[in-house]
Amino acid sequence: MAVPKISIRGLKKRFGSKVVLDGLDLDIGAAESVVVIGGSGTGKSVLLKCILGLLDPEEGSIKIDGQEVVGLSTREREAVNTKFGMLFQSAALFDSLKVWENVAFGLVSAQKKSKAEARTIAIEKLAQVGLPPQTGELFPSELSGGMKKRVGLARAIATQPEIIFFDEPTTGLDPIMSDVINDLIVDCVKRAGATALSITHDMASCRKIANRVAMLYQGKIIWDGPVAEIDRSDNAFVDQFIHGRAEGPIRMQIPV
Amino acid sequence: MNPLAKLGRVTLAFLARIGAVAVFTVRATSHCFRPPFYWRHIARQMLDIGYFSLPVVGMTALFTGMVLALQSYTGFARFSAESAVATVVVLSMTRELGPVIAGLMVAGRIGASMAAEIGTMRVTEQIDALHTLSTNPMKYLVAPRLIAGTTMLPLLVVVADIIGVFGGYIVGVYKLDFNAATYLKQTFDFLEFMDVFSGLVKASAFGFLISLMGCYHGYNSDGGAQGVGRATTNAVVSASILILVFNYAITELFFAGR
Ligand SMILES: Nc1ncnc2c1ncn2[C@@H]1O[C@H](COP(=O)(O)OP(=O)(O)O)[C@@H](O)[C@H]1O
Ligand SMILES: [Mg+2]
Repeated sequence: MAVPKISIRGLKKRFGSKVVLDGLDLDIGAAESVVVIGGSGTGKSVLLKCILGLLDPEEGSIKIDGQEVVGLSTREREAVNTKFGMLFQSAALFDSLKVWENVAFGLVSAQKKSKAEARTIAIEKLAQVGLPPQTGELFPSELSGGMKKRVGLARAIATQPEIIFFDEPTTGLDPIMSDVINDLIVDCVKRAGATALSITHDMASCRKIANRVAMLYQGKIIWDGPVAEIDRSDNAFVDQFIHGRAEGPIRMQIPV
Repeated sequence: MNPLAKLGRVTLAFLARIGAVAVFTVRATSHCFRPPFYWRHIARQMLDIGYFSLPVVGMTALFTGMVLALQSYTGFARFSAESAVATVVVLSMTRELGPVIAGLMVAGRIGASMAAEIGTMRVTEQIDALHTLSTNPMKYLVAPRLIAGTTMLPLLVVVADIIGVFGGYIVGVYKLDFNAATYLKQTFDFLEFMDVFSGLVKASAFGFLISLMGCYHGYNSDGGAQGVGRATTNAVVSASILILVFNYAITELFFAGR
């Protein structure tokens, strides 16, 4: 097999005494779309943040295109991060900037495009996620949840990154808007030929977006396989999760 | 629990905090001198600190100058030294009260808003988003505020000095019946360059401290709305304390020098 786009080995991350990632291994091939599923608070967002260098893991290795990225200096990290686009769980739009400036941000900062040029591209990307040019003049606080996600999506794809991360893209949206977002994600990823890593606990969304599914439980990937095989995984944990049953091997840890 | 263990733990936590602030200070300062520079952000912060603080600082300086004249008159009248009022007002304003009053007012106004703004950006993942868009938040958010704080506070203090002296003049001439020309002459007769200069050095240091505390506490806030609230309080309280500590230290420095 060719060098995977992202290769994670033995990744460990804890906060104080709380172990979140405990020797996680995961490979993601080029132009593949992997979805990580897992319960709330299992460390899915932490995984993405470790790959992006927003959190420093205690142990383990993360390779992007074969290049080790754990322990890079700030400057080297900035260069690597130009390969990434990220849609945050909360959209994380800059609320002091207009919508179009949000979308154009990476074009100006990372690709050194002129303001006018970046603006044209931003309006184009907004259209691609189904938002009219007038939306570009609004501020993020004036948008609904679904629109924020779309703007976040437009910002994530604006620089045409090779790798795109989606952190719970449909959580908190109504089923129709969820499906619209799913379609947009599939469309954007296909069109750009990008590698995608998404996080969700919405199974409808997972089936739509994924080529491959990986399940995170207690800090490790306990199962991964093609999305078509998810219903015959022969894994009690996966079965319980995709059918959303309270009974099963996964015990919800109610924090005290 | 063993009280010694507790004491040790508190001491270690305190030292760790000092170390964290020191590292933040060095990193943030170094970004002030390395490109790229975000000129628009620097200009916006300068406007916010320098221009929009004028009313607050002006008002407090005016009344400080007025009360200084009144109080020092009360004191000096007891041994017939009324002619020293103008000198006392101008020296107190330029050396001491101008920078301290302006510093404390700006700490409340600007330090708080910096901590709240950056803290909100932290808890809503906007700072993480900056990283993923290949922008260093230290450079984009912190450096412009440090630059603006350090450069604008001296300008504010020049204005505060003038308004404060003017406040003393009003009370002196209209209430205490000094002759206007004499009062002005006495104001400038004993004023030295060092008096004003030391005040401006203080102002610059205070401006740096205010921005630093606002940014540090905002940048390291966690735990949602409550965390941002805590960051705001800590920014104002720590900046105010540091202003008073550094005020003494800088005075001592200039005192030794003369
Ligand atoms: N910055 C942090 N500091 C301390 N604990 C954290 C931090 N980020 C995440 N955690 C903890 O790590 C665990 C996993 O969080 P997260 O990855 O956000 O979960 P999810 O899988 O729902 O995205 C949670 O229990 C959370 O409390
Ligand atoms: Mg999450």
